[in-house]
Formats: sequence, structure tokens, C-alpha cells
Amino acid sequence: MESLSNKKKQLEIKPLNFWERAYLPAIAKGLSITMSHFFKKPVTIKYPEEKREFSENFRGMHSLKRDEQGRERCTACGLCALSCPAEAITMTAAERQKGEEHLYREEKYAAVYEINMLRCIFCGLCEEACPKEAIYLDGDIVPSDYLRKDFIYGKDKLVEAPLNQ
Amino acid sequence: MSTFYFIAFLSIFFSILVISAKNPVHSILYLVLTFFTFTIHYILLNAQFLAVVNFIVYMGAILVLFLYTLMLINLNKEAEPVKPFMVKIAAVFGGGILAVALVSSLKLLGVSDPVVLKNPDLGLVKNLGKVLFNEFLLPFEISSVLLLSAMVGAVLLATKEKEPKATI
Amino acid sequence: MELIDLLIKIALIIVIFVISLVVAMYSTYAERKIAAFFQDRVGPNRAGPWGILQPLADGGKMFLKEEIIPTNATGFLFIVGPSLAILTACIGSAVIPWGQNLEIGGRVIPLQVTDINVGILYIFGVVSLGVYGIMIGGWASNNKYSLLGAIRAASQNISYEISMGLSIIALLMVTGTLSLGEIAKQQHGFWADGYFSWNVFKQPLGFLLFIVCAFAETNRSPFDLPECETELVGGYHTEYSSMKLGFYLFAEYINMFISSAVMATLYFGGYNFPFMDLIHSPNLVAILGVVALFIKIFMFIFFFMWVRWTLPRFRYDQLMDLGWKTLIPLAIANIVLTGIFMTFFK
Ligand code: SF4
Ligand code: SF4
Repeated sequence: MESLSNKKKQLEIKPLNFWERAYLPAIAKGLSITMSHFFKKPVTIKYPEEKREFSENFRGMHSLKRDEQGRERCTACGLCALSCPAEAITMTAAERQKGEEHLYREEKYAAVYEINMLRCIFCGLCEEACPKEAIYLDGDIVPSDYLRKDFIYGKDKLVEAPLNQ
Repeated sequence: MSTFYFIAFLSIFFSILVISAKNPVHSILYLVLTFFTFTIHYILLNAQFLAVVNFIVYMGAILVLFLYTLMLINLNKEAEPVKPFMVKIAAVFGGGILAVALVSSLKLLGVSDPVVLKNPDLGLVKNLGKVLFNEFLLPFEISSVLLLSAMVGAVLLATKEKEPKATI
Repeated sequence: MELIDLLIKIALIIVIFVISLVVAMYSTYAERKIAAFFQDRVGPNRAGPWGILQPLADGGKMFLKEEIIPTNATGFLFIVGPSLAILTACIGSAVIPWGQNLEIGGRVIPLQVTDINVGILYIFGVVSLGVYGIMIGGWASNNKYSLLGAIRAASQNISYEISMGLSIIALLMVTGTLSLGEIAKQQHGFWADGYFSWNVFKQPLGFLLFIVCAFAETNRSPFDLPECETELVGGYHTEYSSMKLGFYLFAEYINMFISSAVMATLYFGGYNFPFMDLIHSPNLVAILGVVALFIKIFMFIFFFMWVRWTLPRFRYDQLMDLGWKTLIPLAIANIVLTGIFMTFFK
């Protein structure tokens, strides 16, 4: 049958000639190929010291954003946790008290906000779901650690640094 | 001399272990040790060449082949054939007669004379080669023909059946 | 005088022992680095600068791992296996001439532990004994993969020993002696009587056969079928853990070092180097000779690794075909050719 792609190639199996059966020329060729690689520059990127350039829409570690006045934007609506396919997000909401207006933008805020980085699949759905533009996956690669509990990131690691510092 | 007696004791000790060991693989390993003590005997006699050849050929090749076959066949208690009582008695009887014959013939012929080499360098490669290729040339060559015929026989046995050869 | 000589001998033995261990240790590091370079990577670089403490880290890890002896293993033989492997690997270095005699304060110090006049045969015997470590370990593990690895090792070693022996016989016809010290002495300098003095130029085919057999005897790739991980899990050391496994792995590297040293001595002039006659101080020549020998050894070790990271593993029937149908006839032809050459041109 005529092949559709026309890329099919019928190979012919010929008996090996003397030099092919003697192995040695082929071995020498192989050795010269590996030797040429010996002097090539390694393609390795030594990760913690060097970093690969990421694309613009790379999704890394989450950060909880602040607004222009340095107040946390998150209002603990829970939409991110709801949208999360990996169920990585938990939070506890609290009401804003008098005198805390400079800290939280809305009347309700997240007292505890935790993302389990071992569960997270970095799909970015939390980012899509957030009505307050409070969470973005614009950080780096999540670093490795020894204990499981250390992968549950709380607000201390997630919230952006205050503006005036 | 005391070294000799110590090594001789070890040889006999290990060879008894060879026949008394329950597990055939252990037997072979004791046999290896026995041959190793033989090697030391040769060295004590200043027969370096024989020592090394004993080491290479017997310990290094033949016993490895023994071990190889024994490891492949699964010898254990269940596979051991049960011998009737009469056979055992006959074996003991035969063995005893052989021992008596050996002891008496040794007693008649053996001269209790510690080995003293007339030429202490006889065991060195050069002298051994000269002796083999001058005085003992004919037996040497005949034994090589013997080995050759054994080899031919082995090849014949191995290539009897013509089977389609696997392609490389 | 006697005591001093004895002390010098003991010191020499200890130095050689330590050197072989250190070389073997750093061969593991070199292997990983070289493999990395061949594959455009960087290799281990975390322990110390450029990772040079990696072997120590590996050794420490091996020591601290859990010691496991399987329930159905033959306990005593299970331990004898790796011990025998490393023992036979180490004792080979006794007859290798590391350099010319040193002269310190009127005392002649030979840089060779012992020059027995059957040196080559001794090496050969030690090599043939090496297979016991693998066989005993593989059998005592009571595991079919280990047993298969052990059996492969046995048949491979026996098959290649024959062609190795035959290629050595041709060399002996040229040199006329079995002592390694004497063979090294004969290859003095680089050029003598209008021809190269190193044996590789007199026995090129023999050298080729020898090096192929050396690969097979040390179980190095492309002949590493006894520990072929794609079909035998780990081969003869499947059941081993901790330092017992370390001994097996280590024995391979010591074997590689010793066989490189033997090849350098037999075929590449040992401690001799070109233009050594131009230097007049004998001690300087001796020391430079040791350096030259080690350079040759490292070249061979590098070659071992180069081949390992280039060639794929043989299939077992191909291995046997090569050993019995190619190497042995070639080795016999080499003996005949050498004989003809020696009768008509000398
Ligand atoms: S990125 Fe995806 S998986 Fe991770 S927390 Fe957000 S929604 Fe969940
Ligand atoms: S991060 Fe956004 S979606 Fe999640 S709770 Fe806060 S405001 Fe709601």
C-alpha cells in the first residue's frame, strides 16, 4: 500500500563486510564521537546558583498582593479555595476591627491563609478566580525542604512585603 | 619442617571436610582450600612453576567449573537418592578393603625418606622447561596429542545437532 | 640490616596498599566526572570544591547504611564473598615494579614488593581467583538473579582467561622471561637498536587482545554482564547492602587500577619514559619513572572509562562468540606469527 506520508523507507539488510564485522572501526568512531563531547560546554544549569530564564507567564510561588496604600487585598471570600482543583488552600476569615483600616482593605480579611505547596499543581486557577486581584503566582520555584509540615506556607511567606520597607 | 607439618595437617583436615560436608557447594569450597594448601606445599618445595600452575589451572579454572555446575543443578535433601542398607554395607566393606590394600602396599614399598631435592632449582621455569623438552620430550608430546583428541571429542559432541543458527 | 630491610618492605607494602585504595576511591569520582563530561553535564560538584570530597561522602554513606543479611542467605559465605573480592583485588599489586631502585644513603631500595620469577603467572592466578568472590557472593545470596550474575561471571572469566593467557604467551616469546621486573627492564627508554623498545610495538595484536580480555576480566562495560542491571536487577550484588556492597564496587575499581598497571608494565614500558638516559641522577630517574608509570596507569583508567561511556553492553551470546570464535583463534595466530617472525628475522 502506498504510504500516506511518503516517509516510509525500506531498509535493506546486507551482510556486514569485513570492516564492519571487525568492530574496531565502529568502536573508534564511537570513541571519537564521545571524545568530541568531552570538550563541549556542559548544558547543565546549576540550579540554586544559576537560574533558567522563565517565560512571562511562568507560574511559580503564590504571593498575596497589597494595594497602592499597602493594605492586604484579600477578603477571605474563599473563591480561590473553591476553585482549587488540588484543594491546597485553606483559610480562616476574621472581621476588621477599628483602627486596622490601614492593614486590610475590606471589612473581612484572612486571619490565616495557608497553601500546601505539596498539593498545589500550579494551575493558576486561584489567580483566575480571585475577584480582588489578591493572589498571583508570580514568584520563584518553591524551594525544597525536609519535612512535610514545612511545605504548608502561611501568610508570613505568602503576603507581599509592605510597601514602605 | 614445622611449616610442612602444619600445612600437611591443614590439607588432610580440609580434605576430610570435603567428603563430610553436607552441602555439595561447601564441599567444593573446601576442595578449593585443599588445593590452596597443595599450592603452598609446592612453594615449600621451591617448585614455583608447579605452584602457580596448580593455582591457575586447578583452583582458578577446574574448580570454578565444578562450582558452576553444582550451582546450576539444584542439589538438596529431597533430591538425594535413598540408598538401600545393603549398598551402604557394601560400600563400607569395599572402602575398607581399599584402605587395607593401600596401607599394606605403602608399607611394603614406601621408604620413609623426607624429600630432599638433588637439584633445588628444578622447579624453576627454566629448568623445568629444559627437562620437559629434552628428557621427556616424547611423553610430553604424546600427552598433548591426548589432550587434543579429548578436545576434538568435546567439539564433536557439542556440534552434533545441526540447528538453525540465530542471527546476530 | 635485616630489620631495616624488613621495615622498608613493610612500609612499601603499606604505601602501595594506600595508593591503590586512594586511586580506587578517586576512580569512582573520576568515573562520575568523566561520564558527566562525555554527556555534556558537570557531574558531582557539591561536596567540597568541584566535588572532590565526594568519595569520602560516598564512603561515609556506605559505612552508615543498614547491614542486611537475607534470612535465607548462607550467612558466613555471604560475608566471605565481598571480602574475597577485595582481597584478590589488592594482592595483585605485589609483583608490579613501580619504579627503578632508589638509592638512599648507600642503601638500595627496590620499588617492587617482590620480584618472583613467575610474576606474570602470579598476576594471572590472582585474576583467576577473583571470580570466586563473585561466585560465592552470588550463590550465598540465595537469589536467582544473583546466581545468574555469578554464573555469568564465572563463564565469562574462564572464557577470556584463555585468550588472555595465549596473548601473554606471545609476549613471553618476545621477552623470554616471566618476571615483571625483568620485562620492565627490557623496555628501557623508548628507542633501542633501531626500533621502539616498548612491547606494544612488538606485539600490537597481542596488546589488543590483552586489553579486550582485561575489560572482560574486570567486568567493565561493554562486558559488564554479571551486574547487568537491565536484566539481572543488580547481578551478583543484588542482595548486598552497606559496606559489603561497597567492597564489591570498590574491588572493581582496584581491579581496574591493577590491570592498568599490568598493561602499562607489560606493553607500555612500565616505569620507562623516552629520553631517560639524558638524566644522570639515578634517583631522579627512578622518581620520574614512578611518575611516568602513574601517568600511563591513569591514561589506561581513563580509557576504561571512555569505553564504558561509549559502547553499549554486549549480548551474552555475542560475548561468548567473541571470546571463543574470534579472540582465541586470533591469539593462536598471533603466537604462530610471533614464532615465524622470531625464527626468520632474528
Ligand atoms: S495554583 Fe491551582 S492548585 Fe495551586 S493553589 Fe492555585 S488553584 Fe490550587
Ligand atoms: S485570595 Fe482572592 S479569591 Fe482567595 S480568598 Fe482572597 S480574595 Fe478571595
